[in-house]
Amino acid sequence: MNAKVEQMPNINVNVPDSSSPSSGKVVKPEQICFEVEDLDLYYGTTKALKNIGMHIPECRVTAFIGPSGCGKSTLLRCFNRMNDLVDSCRIEGQIRLKGQDIFARNVDVAKLRQQVGMVFQKPNPFPKSIYENVAYGLRLQGIRDRRVLDETVEQSLVGAALWDEVKDRLHDSAFGLSGGQQQRLVIARAIAIQPEVLLLDEPASALDPISTLKIEELIYNLKEDYTIVIVTHNMQQAARVSDYTAFMYLGELVEFGATGELFTNPKKKNTEDYITGRYG
Amino acid sequence: MKQSDVATHISQQFNEELEEIRHSVLSMGGLVEQQLADAVTALLSLNPELAELVIEKDTRINELELKIDEECTRILALRQPTASDLRLVIGVFRIITDLERMGDEAAKVARMGLDLSLMNASNKTYLEMENLTSHVIQMVNQSLDSFARMDAETALQTARIDKRVDREYEAITRQLITLMMEDPRNVRHFIDVIWAARAIERIGDHARNICEQVIYIVRGTDIRHSDIIYRDRS
Repeated sequence: MNAKVEQMPNINVNVPDSSSPSSGKVVKPEQICFEVEDLDLYYGTTKALKNIGMHIPECRVTAFIGPSGCGKSTLLRCFNRMNDLVDSCRIEGQIRLKGQDIFARNVDVAKLRQQVGMVFQKPNPFPKSIYENVAYGLRLQGIRDRRVLDETVEQSLVGAALWDEVKDRLHDSAFGLSGGQQQRLVIARAIAIQPEVLLLDEPASALDPISTLKIEELIYNLKEDYTIVIVTHNMQQAARVSDYTAFMYLGELVEFGATGELFTNPKKKNTEDYITGRYG
Repeated sequence: MKQSDVATHISQQFNEELEEIRHSVLSMGGLVEQQLADAVTALLSLNPELAELVIEKDTRINELELKIDEECTRILALRQPTASDLRLVIGVFRIITDLERMGDEAAKVARMGLDLSLMNASNKTYLEMENLTSHVIQMVNQSLDSFARMDAETALQTARIDKRVDREYEAITRQLITLMMEDPRNVRHFIDVIWAARAIERIGDHARNICEQVIYIVRGTDIRHSDIIYRDRS
């Protein structure tokens, strides 16, 4: 399914107003990556997501913002079925990745997570060398060829804007890196297995401002090849890095639109109150 | 955005800063209104003392422009306002530029009044300007009022008056050209009157700009360079 965002017939779905993505670097025509339809999610008897419907465009950055507990991380974790690991969690509705229902019985979850990589708030490198961290996913796939490994590790580290800083110490422990470097290492590890989508859950909230800017610059460059979905508490960050922003509140998707528009002239009062610091 | 929305941030300090800016814009506007009224009085009653006072007081308006400008810059840097707050700060930036120019135009009117009083000219020929000036004074007054109340509807109605002001200005020009042809000895005098009328008409244009900014702040739509004001008469 490669229909353009504008042509989607489903009226119940939030389609971002694609008139003006905030940054004009990517010129690829917009395709849909994820289609979310009538999605409800329960933790036990608590309904954490309520009737979410949205289309996430491919090769763009989509940011989820909203107060704590509004369901943005929960929604993010749906995209690679991380919620499967939560016992009490039950999902109704559909999410399709390029037209394929990700909750279908025949879906190989391990493969899905290869396609849809994830990076968490706290950098979590493995207790291994820098090189082995990046090569880990490839080795899992059974790749043994030294040349292929070397090349992919280098490409991934270059892609994650870390290569120049670590190329002379690839076999040192990953724990010797700074927090910002560790986070970029984790991103390198995620892109080494060539996913289609990167889910970033507060990727810069534990980092200092300079490392944060490096991660943001990285996100900007990565969107040429990857669809990126980012959850952030830092609204200025959402404004800086994303093309589209979704504002969530109490488990509902309140507003979804082009970032430039949402931050200057939001349509909903709730969004306005939240982004201007009136919420509460 | 409603006027009552300004002071509802979680940060009380931010509320105070925005309130302070609004307040300063209104005092600057009040000063401009006073200057305009005085300049027009000085012109129509050929009062050189009042005219000189108006010219002198223009620096106060310039100072206020710098002060508000600095305060807005500070808010942008430190608070990173968004949505209606951002539109308020951006709108204020533009409004104070217009107010400052209105001040300059008022000083120009006063200067023409001073010139004319020194020429011992009779003010009979330009008493027709009273219509023009009363409409412009009304525009300035209402534009500031719409800003104070964040009232886009009043702003729209006020902006529409500008067309009438333009027509009145054209009528005055035509009339003065006729007078110049009839009485070439007084051309210099009439040119001063045209200049004054022109300055007053320009003040109307600036008041219209302020109205456009109020609409931008309140509704988020930028209606500059569009004919929307005259299109949706409802």
